[in-house]
Amino acid sequence: MVFLCNWCATLAAELAGSNRLAYPAGVRVVKVPCAGRINPLHLLRALQNGADGILVFGCHPGDCHYAKGNLLARRRLSVLKGLLEAVGMEPARLQFSWVTASEGSRFATLLDRAVQDVRTLGPNRKFVKNPAAAG
Amino acid sequence: MTKMQDAQNRLRETVKDLFAQQKVDLVVGFEAGSLPLRTRVCFLTSADEADRLVWNAFCTNNPAVYIPRLFQRPASPREEYKPPKLGIVAKACDARAVHKLLEEHQAPRENVTIIGMPCRGMACRDKVVIQAGDEVVEAVESTEGAVEIKTRGGASHRFELQDLLQQACLDCPQAAPEHVDVQIEGASRRDTTRRYEGLKNFEAMSADQRWEYFRHELSKCIRCYACRQVCPTCYCKTCFADMAKPRWTGAGDGLSDVMFYHIGRLMHQAGRCVECDACTRACPVGIDLKTFTRKLGKDVERLFDYVPGLRPDEAPLLCAFEDDDTEEFVTDG
Repeated sequence: MVFLCNWCATLAAELAGSNRLAYPAGVRVVKVPCAGRINPLHLLRALQNGADGILVFGCHPGDCHYAKGNLLARRRLSVLKGLLEAVGMEPARLQFSWVTASEGSRFATLLDRAVQDVRTLGPNRKFVKNPAAAG
Repeated sequence: MTKMQDAQNRLRETVKDLFAQQKVDLVVGFEAGSLPLRTRVCFLTSADEADRLVWNAFCTNNPAVYIPRLFQRPASPREEYKPPKLGIVAKACDARAVHKLLEEHQAPRENVTIIGMPCRGMACRDKVVIQAGDEVVEAVESTEGAVEIKTRGGASHRFELQDLLQQACLDCPQAAPEHVDVQIEGASRRDTTRRYEGLKNFEAMSADQRWEYFRHELSKCIRCYACRQVCPTCYCKTCFADMAKPRWTGAGDGLSDVMFYHIGRLMHQAGRCVECDACTRACPVGIDLKTFTRKLGKDVERLFDYVPGLRPDEAPLLCAFEDDDTEEFVTDG
């Protein structure tokens, strides 16, 4: 699952697209107004629903369209990542990066590498809700 | 008269004074419990009830949990809001919780009188029972620093309080309650050097071992929500775990849902949990919640130099940011 903020991250993704840079299959993109909009519960829900990895892309600190959304997200996501890693989640499953609108190829590289990292780890078995027992 | 009884008497006199001066119309403190090793929270509405108050090594509850409810506004805007003038007997952890609640506007500051107690730490009931090796039928804190108990089998034991301390007390960042309105005199615990020592075992484990420990502990969860109900900083009218729209998580005791609830609650406690261990004490199935709350608290302290309730005029953790906040979790290109 890839979360893109509506501003820098989406523009970077579109730039990558217009430059015909490929990104891997198996990626679901969710556009949010700002990385600061993301509720940690959304990310937990993604893990519960079987997401093998979660990537969040936002604007560089200082460049947020809403002035401070990414700065709040930085704290929030740091705490979430620290907590999930403390209980044994592999660090590569939750990643976040800052990109500017002009960093199309950097975006593609980051995305590519992150997906590779997650593929190497294999499917997320720890948090996923067992579909057979769902009720 | 023992020093502990000194502090207890001073507390009772102070409370009588506060009522007499009309600084308070309601006092929340501790009174004798019906079982050995326990006290319970009491609510006093006049000076002549003050002699019910006790102060000993078994005053483990966190009375700050009652604040959101006591100061709740009436449902109808036409009804007049009459908040109590509350006096609250507080250990260091309780005082931190009160300050967190005041920061979150759960009570007007001028309506709360924090009565700081000389706290030398509280006895962990589990440790007493383990060291006694039998059911405890009588427990008294006698001379300073000692707990004397009698067991069902007829044995008598005397333990040093320092050997019985709760994890919350060992990890306490304060030598005594701070930022209080009234301080009851007496000797407090001075040793704050053992903070987070108990976490070392967990941190030394590999990721897989930590996962297995987490999974094992949480598999006991029956979703009774005792942890949430007893927590002073959990006061949402509708908890995320009870919401239907959006349906964050199922309500059953399946492992995935249980983990979602606990990780979600921990995230909501980030920068707010005062590590009083009320959740761990309340859990009917004995989940080691305190290990996870400590890990969270330690990370928050390390990453942001923030200890909830320690410095009341600081901005709340997740409502603020610094330009030089850590980037150690950000993936660079």
